[in-house]
Amino acid sequence: MTLRSLRIVRTFLSVYYAYMVEYRAELIFWVLSGSFPLIFLGLWNQAAQSNDLGFTPAQFAQYFLAVFLARQFTVVWVIWDFEKEVVQGTLSPLLLQPIDPVWRHFFGHVAERFTRLPFVLLLVGLFCLLYPEAIWIPTPYACFWGIVSLILAFCLRFLIQYTFAMLAFWVERANAIEQFWFLFYTFLSGLVAPLTLFPDAVREFALWTPFPYLIYFPASLLVGLPVDLPRGLITMASWGLLAFIINRKLWRLGLKHYSGMGA
Amino acid sequence: MKRYLRVLNLFWRVAIAAELEYRINFAVAVISSIGGLVGSVFGLFLFYRTGYTFQGWSWYEALVVLGVFTLLQGTAATFLVPNLNKIVRYVQEGTLDFVLLKPISSQFWLSTHTLSPWGLPDLVFGLIIIFYAGHQLGLAPLAYVAMLPPLALGIVSLYSLWFILGATSIWFVKVYNVTEVLRSLLEAGRFPIEGYPAAYRVFFTFIIPVAFLTTVPAQTALGRSETTWLLGSAILAAVLFQLSKWFWQFALRFYTSASS
Repeated sequence: MTLRSLRIVRTFLSVYYAYMVEYRAELIFWVLSGSFPLIFLGLWNQAAQSNDLGFTPAQFAQYFLAVFLARQFTVVWVIWDFEKEVVQGTLSPLLLQPIDPVWRHFFGHVAERFTRLPFVLLLVGLFCLLYPEAIWIPTPYACFWGIVSLILAFCLRFLIQYTFAMLAFWVERANAIEQFWFLFYTFLSGLVAPLTLFPDAVREFALWTPFPYLIYFPASLLVGLPVDLPRGLITMASWGLLAFIINRKLWRLGLKHYSGMGA
Repeated sequence: MKRYLRVLNLFWRVAIAAELEYRINFAVAVISSIGGLVGSVFGLFLFYRTGYTFQGWSWYEALVVLGVFTLLQGTAATFLVPNLNKIVRYVQEGTLDFVLLKPISSQFWLSTHTLSPWGLPDLVFGLIIIFYAGHQLGLAPLAYVAMLPPLALGIVSLYSLWFILGATSIWFVKVYNVTEVLRSLLEAGRFPIEGYPAAYRVFFTFIIPVAFLTTVPAQTALGRSETTWLLGSAILAAVLFQLSKWFWQFALRFYTSASS
């Protein structure tokens, strides 16, 4: 059984890797369109030159580079793909296969991370040239927990978006929900500033939502900013579990509702 | 000219009628717009709550910039996104042939044939912020009028850039996301250009002219823009617009349709 799963994983990864490499020019643009944190890097870096904000300019540079990385590795678009499959009916043949269609999406995303890697490294190199004073070597502790939390953040984001995607069974434009969610994501996840700079009430509120754990939490761990590690992991696990339960429920209900295009 | 106006009238009437079928989308657009606005103000507030100010921009002055940005976002969502992002699809499916055969300028057709009313909430909220901040600053009514020419020039520049990027799809076909890159860079326009480090300022003035889109109109409204900036804005718009026309003609020479 496990051998079979391993073989499936390997096949999926190699297939989707090949598929993604074909569109590598397109990929460069997707990497570049994640430059939002770099804009805020400039602003905060400039702000810290003259004012004492509790962060040095170099710390801001490090933080936003980590944010950039976190964003690159947690990009998820499953809702657009899934919505298309449902609306156009291409989901039907996938349902006949002896494997849950979610794995195709999941490994598609994972494989894309590998194709993205060279471009991301290139941009990191450029960053090091621009901000040589901000270069830092993460401690083994930061490395380990940073990477673990990055992987968890990706899984959580994927789970949540896939749960929204389930709504495509009932409404035509499920991605509107994702776009609305994305608004909160933008401003509460720590993309615009480290959460330490938020007003206390907003920060406390944000820390109960899943948003900061998608960006701020892994980024802070990578840079070595103090965060509440156990609380973060528990919060992530709870939201993940909640999303998973709702997701499976909706999936079963949705399949009953789904009639395929033209059927 | 009159023919173009008549065509435009027709295009937009049909587009609005079609979009009104999805009325619930409008509610979603309004809510998203409010959410986006609260977020943007919050983002700006994060800077000002520490006692830091962008060099030479008080809180309300920076709000004017944010208002102009929201206004531009609304304009883009209403007029630019629904049209220019479709160029890619026409090229991919080869339906650009039908557009080229029509007896009007193909650039005109591609740039105007539809519009999406879902950008309207952003337009309205942008105006509200501008008027609110302007009121707090005690701006004269004439100041708002003075803002219009640089704003219009900014929109022309933005349109031209967007169209040029869309036109590159003739070669690259799947460049749906080039405009996504442009969009993410335009986010820099939320804040006055003086807030950025020198290298960023050069980039956002000369390479991606974000400064001319939001900072210059806001400065004009506040009555402290220099003639050089206004002149620059006008020249930029004229050059980019001409470039977009020329580039489209050039690109069409390489168009080979989908099947041949």
